[in-house]
Amino acid sequence: MPDLQSQDYIRRSASTLTPPSIRNHEQEVAKLIDVSRCIGCKACQSACMEWNDLRSEVGRFQGSYDNPMDLDPSTWTLMRFTEWENEQGNLEWLIRKDGCMHCEDPGCLKACPAPGAIVQYANGIVDFISANCIGCGYCIKGCPFDIPRINPVDRKSYKCTLCSDRVTAGLEPACVKACPTGAIMFGTKTDMTRWAGERIADLNSRGFQNAGLYDPPGVGGTHVMYVLHHADRPSLYAGLPDAPRISPLVGAWKGLFKPLALAGIAAAALAGFFHWVVVGRNEVQPEDDAEAQRLMRDSGEPK
Amino acid sequence: MTHPKGTLRRNTTAARINHWITGGCFVLLVLSGLAMFHPMLFWLSELFGGGQWTRAIHPWIGIVLLVSYAGMIVQFWRDNHWSRQDAAWMRAIGSVLGNDERAIPEVDRFNAGQKFVFWAMALLVPALFLTGIVIWDAYFSPYTTIEQQRLAALIHSLLAVTAIVVWIVHVYAALWVRGSVRAMTQGYVTPGWAWRHHRAWLRRLAASGSEGPRPRVSTGRQRQ
Amino acid sequence: MTNTWQDIKNANVVLCMGGNAAEAHPCGFKWVIEAKIENRAKVIVVDPRFTRTASVADVYAPIRPGTDIAFLSGVIRLLLEKGAIQREYVRAYTNAGLIVREDFGFEEGLFTGYDEQGGSYDKSSWHYEVDDQGYAKVDDTWQHPRCVINLLRQHVDRYTPEMVSRICGTPQDKYLEVCELIASTAAPDKALTNLFALGWAQHSVGSQNIRTMAIVQLLLGNIGVAGGGMNALRGHSNIQGLTDVGLMSNLMPGYMTLPNDAETNFEQYMQTRQYKPLRPGQTSYWQNYRSFFVSFQKAIYGDAARADNDWAYDWLPKLDNDGYDILRAFEMMAKGEINGYICQGFNPLQSFPDRGKIRRALGNLKFLVVMDPLDTETSRFWQDFGPQNPSDPAKIQTEVFQLPTTCFAEENGSLINSARWMQWHWKATDGPGEARSDIWIMTGIFHRMREMYRKEGGAFPDPILNLSWNYTDPISPDPEELAKDMNGYTFTDLNDASGAVVLRAGQLLDNFGQLRDDGTTSSGCWIFTGCYTEKGNQMARRDASDPREQGIAPNWGWAWPANRRIMYNRASADPAGNPWNPAKPLIRWNGSHWVGIDVPDYGPTTKPSDGVGPFIMNTEGLGRLFALDQMVEGPFPEHYEPFESPVPNVLHPKVESNPVARVFADDRAAFGTASDFPYVATTYRLTEHFHVWTKHGRMNSILQPEEFVEIGETLAKEKGIEQGGWVRLTSKRGVVVCKAYVTKRIRPLTVNGGSTHVIGVPIHWGFTGQARKGYGANTLTPSVGDANSQTPEFKAFLVNIEKTRPPEPENAANA
Repeated sequence: MPDLQSQDYIRRSASTLTPPSIRNHEQEVAKLIDVSRCIGCKACQSACMEWNDLRSEVGRFQGSYDNPMDLDPSTWTLMRFTEWENEQGNLEWLIRKDGCMHCEDPGCLKACPAPGAIVQYANGIVDFISANCIGCGYCIKGCPFDIPRINPVDRKSYKCTLCSDRVTAGLEPACVKACPTGAIMFGTKTDMTRWAGERIADLNSRGFQNAGLYDPPGVGGTHVMYVLHHADRPSLYAGLPDAPRISPLVGAWKGLFKPLALAGIAAAALAGFFHWVVVGRNEVQPEDDAEAQRLMRDSGEPK
Repeated sequence: MTHPKGTLRRNTTAARINHWITGGCFVLLVLSGLAMFHPMLFWLSELFGGGQWTRAIHPWIGIVLLVSYAGMIVQFWRDNHWSRQDAAWMRAIGSVLGNDERAIPEVDRFNAGQKFVFWAMALLVPALFLTGIVIWDAYFSPYTTIEQQRLAALIHSLLAVTAIVVWIVHVYAALWVRGSVRAMTQGYVTPGWAWRHHRAWLRRLAASGSEGPRPRVSTGRQRQ
Repeated sequence: MTNTWQDIKNANVVLCMGGNAAEAHPCGFKWVIEAKIENRAKVIVVDPRFTRTASVADVYAPIRPGTDIAFLSGVIRLLLEKGAIQREYVRAYTNAGLIVREDFGFEEGLFTGYDEQGGSYDKSSWHYEVDDQGYAKVDDTWQHPRCVINLLRQHVDRYTPEMVSRICGTPQDKYLEVCELIASTAAPDKALTNLFALGWAQHSVGSQNIRTMAIVQLLLGNIGVAGGGMNALRGHSNIQGLTDVGLMSNLMPGYMTLPNDAETNFEQYMQTRQYKPLRPGQTSYWQNYRSFFVSFQKAIYGDAARADNDWAYDWLPKLDNDGYDILRAFEMMAKGEINGYICQGFNPLQSFPDRGKIRRALGNLKFLVVMDPLDTETSRFWQDFGPQNPSDPAKIQTEVFQLPTTCFAEENGSLINSARWMQWHWKATDGPGEARSDIWIMTGIFHRMREMYRKEGGAFPDPILNLSWNYTDPISPDPEELAKDMNGYTFTDLNDASGAVVLRAGQLLDNFGQLRDDGTTSSGCWIFTGCYTEKGNQMARRDASDPREQGIAPNWGWAWPANRRIMYNRASADPAGNPWNPAKPLIRWNGSHWVGIDVPDYGPTTKPSDGVGPFIMNTEGLGRLFALDQMVEGPFPEHYEPFESPVPNVLHPKVESNPVARVFADDRAAFGTASDFPYVATTYRLTEHFHVWTKHGRMNSILQPEEFVEIGETLAKEKGIEQGGWVRLTSKRGVVVCKAYVTKRIRPLTVNGGSTHVIGVPIHWGFTGQARKGYGANTLTPSVGDANSQTPEFKAFLVNIEKTRPPEPENAANA
């Protein structure tokens, strides 16, 4: 995506310096997906394809309404359908719009080795700046939600931008605009959280005792949140992680290990340097030559 | 390549070419790897034509290194068997570092430090290759889980840093022990150098009447 | 719809039955969600499949396809038994108390007057008892054994919960849960809306499905009120407009009917269209039929329609049967009795039943003209597309002309939505290539034909030569001018009661109340009068303000009739004129006028004490629990099995299916039986596609790329069918080879003691377009229609299913 908000970063991948931050007072935004209002019509998927001008291949039927079958570089959002029989023996068809969650603490950004390829704006949106992407796939390893996909043609990583271009211009994301039932809403995170509270109360009154808001603390909260009928079991919804967090492996790899490793390498080099300073080089002495000559003479001249 | 009269052949031409291919690859891998490892070193990617090129080229260089190091193993493994003298050498490491040759047991073609580098790399290179394959997203990402890839990425970087430290030891040792670099560039050493650093090797060469790098075997056929 | 999309939000209970509102009408479904959130509404889904609508419903009850009348008759029985009806409403506003003729009766599945030979009824006994003035007798105490409500009670008595469950396969607990929710809206301040579509219409008893629900709604007092009504969600853009302007072979614009060949002169024609009131003082608005008809003739023939030639009555076609509907048309094509076909905006090969028959019929034509924006299956019927369209062009002599047309975004015009709103739309872009508007093409054909008649005379040139054609651009009339024609003009000055001039001669009419039967007014479609007045194009209005935020924005577009948004809205107030539900009033009597947020469906100054019924189009002014002779099957709905059914009709085994449905002999021979085809199939749309058009679009094709059928897990297990595996689905009429979606959403139903499996067949894939090639659901469907409307029975038929191997090229592609 075009980098429309370069003075607006609060995080920038592979950067050790403080990013431009004059707009850090901005209110954080959030997209609220009310799964209990979603009818799985895929208008959001179409709108995403339209606005972002994406077209994946015409695929095949594979035994579900999930089409395409998975997120791909041209499919940034995807309806995932789960048929689930509840404890009362009634069927529930859980339909979840999958896509980037725009974590407050984005694992992709943490894992990314390319400076400025992944940024987070002051409003919380996590965006991929394709010009800087090197195509390594570390963002995939960093993401707790299995979202980014690399295009094999250009080796760039793609995912939902939360329509950062539209949001910058004061518009709601395309999926929000297209949703016919208002199941996708957009606003400040505070407002969305409050509105979610009302929806949860309604769901409680309809017998969904465990209805709740999915805003997982393990990633510092997300800027895409779900109202779930069964917030106690997010994984019912096509494997939405119950307690997502950046993998400790990634944390170790991209956290403490980085400075330690550099320090270790530097220490090795410095150790050598100071050994040289203190002890000096190990030179062949004249007596070594003499001893060698004697030995070789004693053994006969080599041919 | 011939060597000046009175000197000893320390490394064959093939071994030297093999070594420098390996070394060159290693340096490129360190530079490109570090570029992707730490943001402060990302500028190194410019040496390779930018981030995309760095990312693309690194694994291919790794493959060359793997093959090249396999050649190194073929050529050098016989002289890198661990022996009792090596343990003694290790015990005398203080003298080694202090340039005090008198207190060190006689060393054959390679000392324990060199063997350590050899075997360390013999383990690290394949391990780096295997973990590298797992995180080579372009071709191999479908075959492993993301969790496996995360683990591989962590191990790959740990191993790489280990390899870099080993490599620093190797390079410094070569610079520190004067005459060693020539052994791998022009391929020969003086008998005095051999007496000082690899006396047992010199004795075996002398006994078999060989100019190196390996003593002549009893059949009398000269080995190149 | 009697109500509007927005009005759904006022409902307390939303019943989605006979339609899959969320999938087929996702945009309108926002109002259901709104009702849930803002009005705490409960949503019920009754459907053979657990649909996407069911996924957001509070209660889901499965039902066997084709048994809705049994289900709803059971609902009626329970409502009457528990007294869960809005008694005062029913007493004052329905014909519950009217007394039916003594010779009316119902026995063994048949009403009185059945003629087995002709397969039709003598309906004379289906009437009220009338007094010497010709008025229907009434017993408001409902004591008379033959007053309508008692006959209804008697008629539905057989539909006990056990019987409903036995016929429909709906588990009793679910059924009773649904009944209870429905019954809760009998309270005067509660409303139930029902959203239906082709899930009710596409049955051999389609019209009666809808009738049954209308009875439920009348009993609950839910007709004419905010959040209530009978709401048909129309499946095509402007399909409402199609019926409004009479594009049925037996209709004329504004729901007037075409004469039949026995009606040889105008007076004879008018005799059966007098609509004399059946109760004293009633409006019986169809009494104005003559004004509507004469004004229509004036719009068509202008000065050539005169009193002395009976307003050119003779130039109208006269039907020699019950109608040249599409089923009949293809029957005639198949027999070689029709040999030329102009197919405009229609793709019968992909959408009409028994595809093999359609293909054969098209191959019998001399010429076929296809006017369509897309390269349709119909236009390519002659081409060999492999198993999906096995044609041999060498053997087909039909000459096919493809005339590419513009689509809605490429021309100005109006569309009429389900809520009867006429909304003007503006051209966004030019059509591609040589695409021309339908108006341009039709005009061209007309001019050439007229020229030929002029030169050559012909057998009967008058209707063509005298057609009024006064347009600025006669080659391509402006849609605005056509809209004005529909609205109508006055040819003389019109005065109001005080004598003041309201309209000058030549001006556009304001409303259909101004229409005259003396030839001084014209109107192409009387119900549209008011859509384009001297104030301008009312359809182009875009003021969304909604005074009570109750879903009525009177200045947005224009709704027929008379910009009325909720039909029968007089019934939203009690007999004294006060709203039943004070929180959601539509109109009320203020002592001198009816006032409120909607245009009253009533005389604006008719006093409540005058006792004029709210259903002003009906001769007795009342909502009809008993439909008199208006339906061909009978005045009460009765459960008849689909023509292909897995079980006998347990109510009356001798009368299995609709006794008055018209079935052609060849089609009857092509019906299968349960022994060969043991499973019930039903066809439907998926939300990702719009009928058979959007498979031409890349995005829609991405979202649903390939043909499949839906089967339950139990059946899949029995048949060894894997998830996503290939199956061969057969009916007596054809074969579809496609993939299977094995789903928990379809469960076996216990019907009449046995297990019945339902198979779902989405309709979207054909052999043209961007999606993968498919056989099309209509390969399987039977060629029989609803007895009233001839809408084909797409929703219930029999099939067999077997696991099969992937087709060869697919095998290679998948390898």
